[in-house]
Amino acid sequence: MRRWPNVVRYFLLFLGALIFLFPFYYMLIGSLQSSPDTSIKGAFPTGGLTLDNYQDINSRVDLLGSLVNSGIFTGGVLLGTVVFGTIAGYALARLQWRGRGVLFALVLLVQVIPFQLLLIPLYVLIVRGYGLADNYLGMILPFAINTTAVFVFRQFFLQLPDDLFAAARLDGAGEVRILWSVALPLVRPALLTAILLTFIGPWNEFLWPFLVTKDADMQPLAVSLANYISTVSARAANPFGAILAGACVLAAPAVALFIAFQRQFISTDIGSGVKG
Amino acid sequence: MTAATQNRAAGLLGRHPVGMILAAPYAVYLAIIFAYPFGFSVWMSFHDYFFAAPGAIVDHPFVGLDNYKAALTDPAVGQAFKNILVFLVINVPLTTGLALVLAVALNRVVHARTFLRVSFYVPYVTASVAVVGVWLFLFNSGGLVNSLLGPLAPDPSWLVNEGWAMPVIAFFVTWKQLGFFILLYLAALQNVPNELYESASVDGANGWNKFWSVTVPAVRSSTALVVILALITGANLFTEPYLLTGGGGPNGASASPVLIMYQRGIQQGEPDFAAALGVLLVLGTLVVAYINRRFIEGRDS
Repeated sequence: MRRWPNVVRYFLLFLGALIFLFPFYYMLIGSLQSSPDTSIKGAFPTGGLTLDNYQDINSRVDLLGSLVNSGIFTGGVLLGTVVFGTIAGYALARLQWRGRGVLFALVLLVQVIPFQLLLIPLYVLIVRGYGLADNYLGMILPFAINTTAVFVFRQFFLQLPDDLFAAARLDGAGEVRILWSVALPLVRPALLTAILLTFIGPWNEFLWPFLVTKDADMQPLAVSLANYISTVSARAANPFGAILAGACVLAAPAVALFIAFQRQFISTDIGSGVKG
Repeated sequence: MTAATQNRAAGLLGRHPVGMILAAPYAVYLAIIFAYPFGFSVWMSFHDYFFAAPGAIVDHPFVGLDNYKAALTDPAVGQAFKNILVFLVINVPLTTGLALVLAVALNRVVHARTFLRVSFYVPYVTASVAVVGVWLFLFNSGGLVNSLLGPLAPDPSWLVNEGWAMPVIAFFVTWKQLGFFILLYLAALQNVPNELYESASVDGANGWNKFWSVTVPAVRSSTALVVILALITGANLFTEPYLLTGGGGPNGASASPVLIMYQRGIQQGEPDFAAALGVLLVLGTLVVAYINRRFIEGRDS
């Protein structure tokens, strides 16, 4: 009796999955075709694939340099979030000190302040005031400690049993020592989840690095590819081929990391962390 | 240290004053990156603010509500808010509905679980700029979508058609963000007690009845969260109109308020105007979010 809806459910889910994946397949195929073939048959080529588009985009956008810039930007955010975010999360979850309630209220408040309100003043301060245009620090600063990650770290530390901390304190361990040798090792798997979630933010971010970098040598790949799409592409022989090749290079690291660690994403920890 | 002084310190700084030191970098960061710019933004929106040469000392006189008046009477701003409304009307119901239905279906899947979940999450982890490239290719006038549709293809084509530019952006964002909302709903579904479904079965409810009378009410708080997050995403729209429709075209039919903030505030050097627009945008988002909350919670009674 329940077989029929089951078959329908699988059919619809697979159909949906194919629709969701098709743009990625098409991105890869388009990046390998020497001239754009937009017919239906063109989506399933039987031969004639080439890497020319990758060479083409590399000659117009410094792919390696842009990837390095994306890496430094993302790495800076990850470093700031992991170092300062975990200790703040620990202090919010496990220690009692004056001002803790106020700071936690701020953590919640920051999550509802939309970035667009801060866009103009941050631009004025960071670019005009501190002169950090075309500078990695200027790129990293607004994202340096991811507030959602602080919130998630706090949740992780809260879930650890109280006895553990009581025992460590009884043994005379200081609070910093407890954090380093008791709490951090226990939340290591969860930390990986938070790091992966933090990674996709700066790696994919466009608006802010676009505002602060005018020098092509400083632009992350998302920005240099976007500039190519909006200005240069009109003059290229096969603009779509080159755009899609660049898109594949930009998408590949995030997608590869995601697939490698998909178990971390699929576990519902993230949802419960975000939900509180 | 005697016990008495230790107690006094505990009263003043709390039991673990080291917590203050651990949290200090983050607290300072919040002050510099959020609190100060937040105040600065509001201040700027009430003053005549412009970019001056570095080091020059210039006056920024108080102008009251002038910036707000300028923003509210600007036809491009009105158009942008109308566009966002079109976006939200398509995106929010589609996102909420599809995310819930897909999460319920995925939750009961046994075979190919990983493949199916990964497929729906992948657009969410990929950069907008990358997937915008392929959507441009799919939806341009000679693109695959038009070859599939043949004579049914709209003229002018999707992204340069005033009626279609914004809906295509709304579909794009729905596709891009859906994985995250499916994830939220999947987490919520783990907390729905099985007994509710069992007692519904005893009462003779079929799958459809159970979905409407058990699942939907049980995940209502997540629905409120999904709606608010979708709303914030919509209000933040920038990359898509900037790249997909070449700067909010055609004729501003897909311009978003953030795109106008960028054009007016940074390109044309009127940060005061842009700051006022930012405040208006946030107020608008808060009002819609509040109405939504009342609406979703109001159905309880």
